Amino acid sequence: MPFKIIASQCTGCSACETQCPNFAISERAGVFLIDPEKCTECAAYFDEPQCVAVCPVDNTCVLDTALPRHQESA
Amino acid sequence: MSTSAQHRVSCGGGEISETMQVMAKHKSCGTVGGSGKASCGSQAGIGNVPNEVWEKVKSHPCYSEEAHHHYARMHVAVAPACNIQCNYCNRKYDCANESRPGIVSEKLTPEQAAKKVLAVASAIPQMSVVGVAGPGDPLANPDKTFKTFELVNKLAPDLKLCLSTNGLALADHVDTIARLKVDHVTITINMIDPDIGAKIYPWIFHRHKRYTGIEAASILSNRQLQGLEMLTARGILCKVNSVMIPGINDQHLVEVNKAVKSRGAFLHNVMPLISSPEHGTVFGLSGQRGPTAQEVTALQDSCESEMNMMRHCRQCRADAVGLLGEDRGAEFTMEKIMAMDIKYDEQARKEYQAKVEKARIAKLAAKQEQVAGLASASSEIKVLVAVATKGSGLINQHFGHAKEFQIYELSTSGAKFVGHRPIHPYCQGGHGEDSKLEIAIGAINDCHAVFVSKIGGCPKAELIKAGIEPVAQYAYEFIDGSAIAWFKLYLDKVNEGKIKHVERVDPAARRNALISAA
Repeated sequence: MPFKIIASQCTGCSACETQCPNFAISERAGVFLIDPEKCTECAAYFDEPQCVAVCPVDNTCVLDTALPRHQESA
Repeated sequence: MSTSAQHRVSCGGGEISETMQVMAKHKSCGTVGGSGKASCGSQAGIGNVPNEVWEKVKSHPCYSEEAHHHYARMHVAVAPACNIQCNYCNRKYDCANESRPGIVSEKLTPEQAAKKVLAVASAIPQMSVVGVAGPGDPLANPDKTFKTFELVNKLAPDLKLCLSTNGLALADHVDTIARLKVDHVTITINMIDPDIGAKIYPWIFHRHKRYTGIEAASILSNRQLQGLEMLTARGILCKVNSVMIPGINDQHLVEVNKAVKSRGAFLHNVMPLISSPEHGTVFGLSGQRGPTAQEVTALQDSCESEMNMMRHCRQCRADAVGLLGEDRGAEFTMEKIMAMDIKYDEQARKEYQAKVEKARIAKLAAKQEQVAGLASASSEIKVLVAVATKGSGLINQHFGHAKEFQIYELSTSGAKFVGHRPIHPYCQGGHGEDSKLEIAIGAINDCHAVFVSKIGGCPKAELIKAGIEPVAQYAYEFIDGSAIAWFKLYLDKVNEGKIKHVERVDPAARRNALISAA
């Protein structure tokens, strides 16, 4: 499952964009979104997902349960 | 980020303490050919600011109380991201402490910011300082912040640069700050004790990890003090902002004051917490109150023996434009700037600023003349007076139009600026149902007089009833000279037995009020 951003809670502050090791985050219409193809849940980079750790609004960067977990070898 | 907001604020704010006034005095004395302190009649014990510091701050409205009447600043909102969370901040808006509720800064790219700077500097020739203060933390957005500074250095090299930061990432960027000739940095330091910090900061994001609680506050405090030391070691001027939060860090700020002074900060700005449930901040929702103006003044007084305190801060927004206390940001939205024909004329700006310097000197001369007249008087009496002003150091605001009053303490040693009192209902806390007149009178109820350009019959009567003398006879004259002239007459009347001097608020009582509120 990659992470996704709850758009209605996003402040558009861009903090997550520069922290993402996969360059998976970009701005659209004032809020940010995560490209599920690029998100690796920060596996192999950091102990904790960077977007979650830096986001100023709790429960805004969350796992997208509609999609399968990221597979390192996939 | 409240942090950044504060930063901004402080950046933008700034009235300076008497030290700065004295520095201003010295400077102008020098300009007119005097020989410095002696001829200027410096005020007690505060004439020791080095010349190189004065040269850097003389036209910075946030650092010089005296300059803030004459020079303007602007903040460009290029830094939206933040790396810490403060309990006085709600990131859905700009920092609540710097901003007015419900208003969000227009986010700019560095290129847009540079264009805006040129547009504002062309339209407002006394604009002397460009700052980045948020709406997040400038150093949590280093690429955008430094790109903006590079562009401004290239396009308008006469402008001074400043930034305002929470200090967490500061130590990583000191070289770049020095290279880009940023000579003023404000750090918001609310504590040096992690136990207290844990009550102010729920978390920080540092080196790819989120820290919480005492560990977070400990890292933040260490990094702030390290960054401060690194900057002052390089001769970069550092001011420290502290948000005064009653019951959490109010008394502790005396310790913060000592810690930052010993590390070379040249100015300390204690700002009141702005807290209201509608801001949606942790403190706003928990009912944490902000301090009263009197409590802030008492804390500033108790720190002043330790170092220069800044008393003219206006807690500006991250996109503020203009003189302190005014915001012309709405005239310079990106949409309007795109339609402007911008001609940046450095020579015209220089000529205009030379005129400003002349006006400053005239103002100081008027003040000195009055102070000289007081020299023969000897009295222990000290009174506070309020002034309605639109800037330029003049009594030029109608009582009923004033959004704030500047407060001066008058004694036989002269007039000393000690603060400003906003009269927005939401700034007063708990006075929401009072009329504007009642709020205004409540804000200055420790003053003996209020100086205005004009005043209506009804408020005049109400002021007299409250024991505050409305004074309109010095309309459009310089504040300092007029206040001293009035004070001289006041002393004469007391000495002749025509009136009896009554203390309106004893400074010691204000200090006690602070302690009991803690």
